[in-house]
Amino acid sequence: MLLIPCPYCGPRPEIEFAYAGEANIARPADPAALTDDEWAAFLYQRSNPRGLHAERWRHAHGCGRFFNARRDTVSDLFQDSWKPGEPAP
Amino acid sequence: MQRFSAWALARNALSGQTGWQRQWRTPEPAPKYDAVIIGGGGHGLATAFHLARDHGMRNIAVLEKGWIGGGNTGRNTTIIRSNYLFNASSSLYDHAVKLWENLSQTLNYNVMFSQRGVMMLAHNVHDEQVFKRHVHANRLNGVDNEWLTAEQAQAFCPPLRIDAGMRYPVLGAALQRRAGTARHDAVAWGYARAADALGVDIVQNCAVTGIMRNAAGAVEAVQTTRGRIETPKIGVVAAGNTSVVMGMAGVRMPLESYPLQALVSEPVKPCFPCVVMSNTIHAYISQSDKGELVIGAGTDAYISYSQRGALHVSTHTLEAICELFPQFRRMRMLRNWGGIVDVTPDRSPIIAKTPVPGLYVNCGWGTGGFKATPGAGHLFAWTMAKDEPHPINAPFTIERFRDGFLIDEAAAAAVSH
Repeated sequence: MLLIPCPYCGPRPEIEFAYAGEANIARPADPAALTDDEWAAFLYQRSNPRGLHAERWRHAHGCGRFFNARRDTVSDLFQDSWKPGEPAP
Repeated sequence: MQRFSAWALARNALSGQTGWQRQWRTPEPAPKYDAVIIGGGGHGLATAFHLARDHGMRNIAVLEKGWIGGGNTGRNTTIIRSNYLFNASSSLYDHAVKLWENLSQTLNYNVMFSQRGVMMLAHNVHDEQVFKRHVHANRLNGVDNEWLTAEQAQAFCPPLRIDAGMRYPVLGAALQRRAGTARHDAVAWGYARAADALGVDIVQNCAVTGIMRNAAGAVEAVQTTRGRIETPKIGVVAAGNTSVVMGMAGVRMPLESYPLQALVSEPVKPCFPCVVMSNTIHAYISQSDKGELVIGAGTDAYISYSQRGALHVSTHTLEAICELFPQFRRMRMLRNWGGIVDVTPDRSPIIAKTPVPGLYVNCGWGTGGFKATPGAGHLFAWTMAKDEPHPINAPFTIERFRDGFLIDEAAAAAVSH
């Protein structure tokens, strides 16, 4: 089980959290202007890196808030986490 | 290839078991091949076997970064079934089951395919309705599946508890009798041996580090830890690492890789006659011929390449198993491990050409790739050799995500999703 650094509450055990997928995937402002390929890329394509991954978590059984974090997907070690809207450290 | 037979066994027994040959060679990679398969698991080796046997492509290589069968082929729970809901899926998986039925003869290698039946338990009205719909859909597609009452389910699997005092009582079950298990290592070894005998080079400890494309965009070579290998055709069969390998060719995939756990108990005498799974309370259990209970746990919530899983995920499964099978409450677990599974948005695989000429991909099997090994190998080899899909895998393209033809088996793909 991971120890996840919530930027609001501090490190808490993984079972308090819900994973919310890759970070920084903004919904296109005007979906109708996109080609089918671009829309499919937004919906379905993911970086899925072997290494550092920027991702979103929600502290579902804590403060209830979403935040961003960076974790190494090979070691599962968290590098850092930050509040939404803040620049990445 | 030295064929296995009762006669060969007897002859070698009399000569002190000194007459056996190595089952496949350990070749150095050649500078050029007609096709290269990236990934020496069951799917990759089966692809090589079918390319060599069915399509006459014998100057080919399988590149494996570790040892063959050391990834998900050696880490899964060995369940084989084809009771999927949609037409495209049931024909894909049943194609594999039909090949499984003769695989030991095809490969001259005992893969210990055992059609002991897979039973999926229903615990509530919704389960019952969904499974009955599956039963009917499967039977319309010529795939055997039948509905059992709770009493019939217990008669088929005597350790099963069905009393009303359970937290999640068993209301019935869907049973596919042709489903079962096989020996996973033997599948990798059998395909490796058969492919090697046809001239395929199986190169272990050879990680691919780059995919080279020519001015027209087509693939022309792979860079590996053991040198550059020129080839006009590359088949990527890299399971959890598919996104990484496809990234070398500049292709972004609709995949995410998750750790999926399994565990085995101490070995005991035969006590469990079939495979039982429960989606609702997440139990997944069978007994290997060695006597271990083989238990499939779930995926972790987050993407990872760690090949480990969290303890609370396997605990969750063990609690369900103890509830369903009280006789196992004092069993001790021996080993627990994880494999990295590549999951598509619709939980159906991709066996297809890619936007890059000469680059093909077989991936996205998620938590259920082992069962498809012979079928996936056959269909992927066809796709690579002919540069067009076989009718069975024609729906399983990458473009289905763009075109909206998803094959949504998320609900049917048993536990774990």
